[in-house]
Amino acid sequence: MRTTPSTETDEAGGATPRTLADVPTSASTLRRFLHGLPGVDAVGLEARAASLGTRSIKTTAKAYAIDLAISMIDLTTLEGADTAGKVRALGAKAVHPDPTDRSTPRTAAVCVYPDMVATAKEAVAGSGVKVASVATAFPAGRAALGVKLADVRDAVAAGADEIDMVIDRGAFLAGDYMKVYEEIVAVKEASGPARLKVIFETGELSTYDNIRRASWIGMLAGADFIKTSTGKVGVNATPANTLLMLEAVRDFRAQTGVQVGVKPAGGIRTAKDALKFLVLVNETAGADWLDNHWFRFGASSLLNDLLMQRQKLATGRYSGPDYVTVD
Amino acid sequence: MASIFEYAPAPESRSVVDIAPSYGLFIDGEFADAADGKVFKSVSPATEEVLSEVAQAGEADVDRAVQAARKAFEKWSALPGAERGKYLFRIARIIQERSRELAVLETLDNGKPIKETRDADLPLVAAHFFYYAGWADKLDHAGYGADPRALGVAGQVIPWNFPLLMLAWKIAPALATGNTVVLKPAETTPLSALFFADICRQAGLPKGVVNILPGYGDAGAALVAHSDVNKVAFTGSTAVGKQIARTVAGTDKKLTLELGGKGANIVFDDAPIDQAVEGIVTGIFFNQGQVCCAGSRLLVQESVQDEVLDALKRRLTTLRLGDPLDKNTDIGAINSAEQLARITALADTGEAEGAERWSAPCELPSSGYWFAPTLFTNVTQAHTVARDEIFGPVLSVLTFRTPDEAVAKANNTQYGLSAGIWTEKGSRILAVANKLRAGVVWANTFNKFDPTSPFGGYKESGFGREGGRHGLEAYLDV
Repeated sequence: MRTTPSTETDEAGGATPRTLADVPTSASTLRRFLHGLPGVDAVGLEARAASLGTRSIKTTAKAYAIDLAISMIDLTTLEGADTAGKVRALGAKAVHPDPTDRSTPRTAAVCVYPDMVATAKEAVAGSGVKVASVATAFPAGRAALGVKLADVRDAVAAGADEIDMVIDRGAFLAGDYMKVYEEIVAVKEASGPARLKVIFETGELSTYDNIRRASWIGMLAGADFIKTSTGKVGVNATPANTLLMLEAVRDFRAQTGVQVGVKPAGGIRTAKDALKFLVLVNETAGADWLDNHWFRFGASSLLNDLLMQRQKLATGRYSGPDYVTVD
Repeated sequence: MASIFEYAPAPESRSVVDIAPSYGLFIDGEFADAADGKVFKSVSPATEEVLSEVAQAGEADVDRAVQAARKAFEKWSALPGAERGKYLFRIARIIQERSRELAVLETLDNGKPIKETRDADLPLVAAHFFYYAGWADKLDHAGYGADPRALGVAGQVIPWNFPLLMLAWKIAPALATGNTVVLKPAETTPLSALFFADICRQAGLPKGVVNILPGYGDAGAALVAHSDVNKVAFTGSTAVGKQIARTVAGTDKKLTLELGGKGANIVFDDAPIDQAVEGIVTGIFFNQGQVCCAGSRLLVQESVQDEVLDALKRRLTTLRLGDPLDKNTDIGAINSAEQLARITALADTGEAEGAERWSAPCELPSSGYWFAPTLFTNVTQAHTVARDEIFGPVLSVLTFRTPDEAVAKANNTQYGLSAGIWTEKGSRILAVANKLRAGVVWANTFNKFDPTSPFGGYKESGFGREGGRHGLEAYLDV
């Protein structure tokens, strides 16, 4: 656990946590801490995200950003219809996104269900591409803790380098922050050496204040990444919720020295959108996060649009959907 | 392996605007030389390049323009409101169609970033014409009784900080209510008003309804003093506003003044900090702080002072200063050498008086007029930088302990144009806003403009309201 002292103080005194490590010692201190975080003005947050969306990324900056975005993708397939063949195709795509241009960077990872981890691991073996597995009864997370932990252990045993867990949104919305926190701590422990991404399902948390609180619960509980969404609900990653989470990891590092990654997932389909997210990273968390160790895109169709834009920059003309592989 | 994400230059194309080497005065629907043949140059403040040579109006030209406006008044004011509205709608649509061209022109002549002219100035200009176009045939319902009458000829003098937007604020309500107009743009930014003259011709506006007289203060003074002007509207400095008030005193001219400001932006300890920081930045660095309603005094509660200032400084280091035509530029050029000298002198005074100066690290271009975004901390009410309007990218930071102290300090100024309140507590917003003596109070936002909202000052910030239904009153005989 982190023990760096913080400057948190609270007028109420008494049970006030004196360091961030003290925050989760009881449900009431955790609650008080989370509700003491600065509020989020929704209009202002969305205006800031929209204004950063008007940055114009051209020529050399665009080439740099497209390659960076490709290298940050967690290439994802999370369907009931997934087969070993589909996962192998995905792995091949991750390793060589553009078969006509071997200078194309690899994606950061492939992201699959736990039962596909072994297949995925084999498909990307030796390439440096990581295998991420969703777990903890993804996407709803409505299962007993023991089942969730077994799900995680299973994925790790099969070779997952990264675990994408979902929080218990029901507990969060009911105000049982401690339950959410303890579950993340338990999953972190079960993940062992795998890096842990904590999915909040921001579309279900509904308010920006909630997203900020969830971000801090996740970071205090030891998340290596905080992640917006499962991609399975109506509202997934948006510039505004990602901007807010970038502020959270920035503030957390300023207080603790510990850096946490961010992963927007779901709904990012075009290169243009991806570049806007990279601008958010650049101007909010800063250059230290412009690296696939600290920032990821959870996406599938995004990769092909980035590849088409990359070809356009190289050749000066647009190719078309038949000039990138459909997997 | 993290590397730096440098944005490559992304300049807006200059070729969308065709600036003629010279322009005349626009009187009675025609461009003409000044009676005495005088001209002056308009330069781009970002590069000091001469953009065009413009006829300089003198007293004789003012007289000719006022006569033209008087002649046009009879027919124009007798038109059914719906007909006047059609002209205004047409003007609004042409502005929208030509908005890219006008945005580039405004950026060249004024020095402000294209991001602002494109996303703020031009949309607001068009919106203002659309809004008042809608009023033209509904004046019976504006709250001034049946069939309110126009005043006659309006003499309007506007500043250089929002050249086209200030023109819209003046001309749209004047025309909607049936007045005719003689407008003098500022000497450093005459070009967009001259392009507007062309738009009037394009819209088929009857001759003499709008007359544009580029020129200096003497032309403005002559216009304001002209005996056949019925209404004077001025936006600019408090010093000039006082002169105008003296000139107009004792006549039956109707007068509105929109003058200086020293807006307080109050950040309480329960504010949404990240958004408050954005609001502070918008409040003082929008248009390089050359905004009469700028939030140039930051009043921050002592308990969150360090947190807010750290976040603010971190944010200021991300501001991008440079070529105003670059779409990624946040901070453009100061409008003129004269204004730069004034800002520099006041900032030096702040330092000499013991306030602590901090500027965002940024490289200033070698030509043109530039001033780095600057903060002063350890400022008290007694410091010049807390009292005088700087009209530049300079923020004075003061602290307070209680809401009462915040209100007292915010109101302790000769001005009263704008104020901002940042708190997540709704009851506090209402309580504090009621006590602030400022024409506009923004809550959890700053520098938000809308044609439906009246704008104007208390105390030495002027009187009269522009915008909204209230803005009609200044142009009606009521």
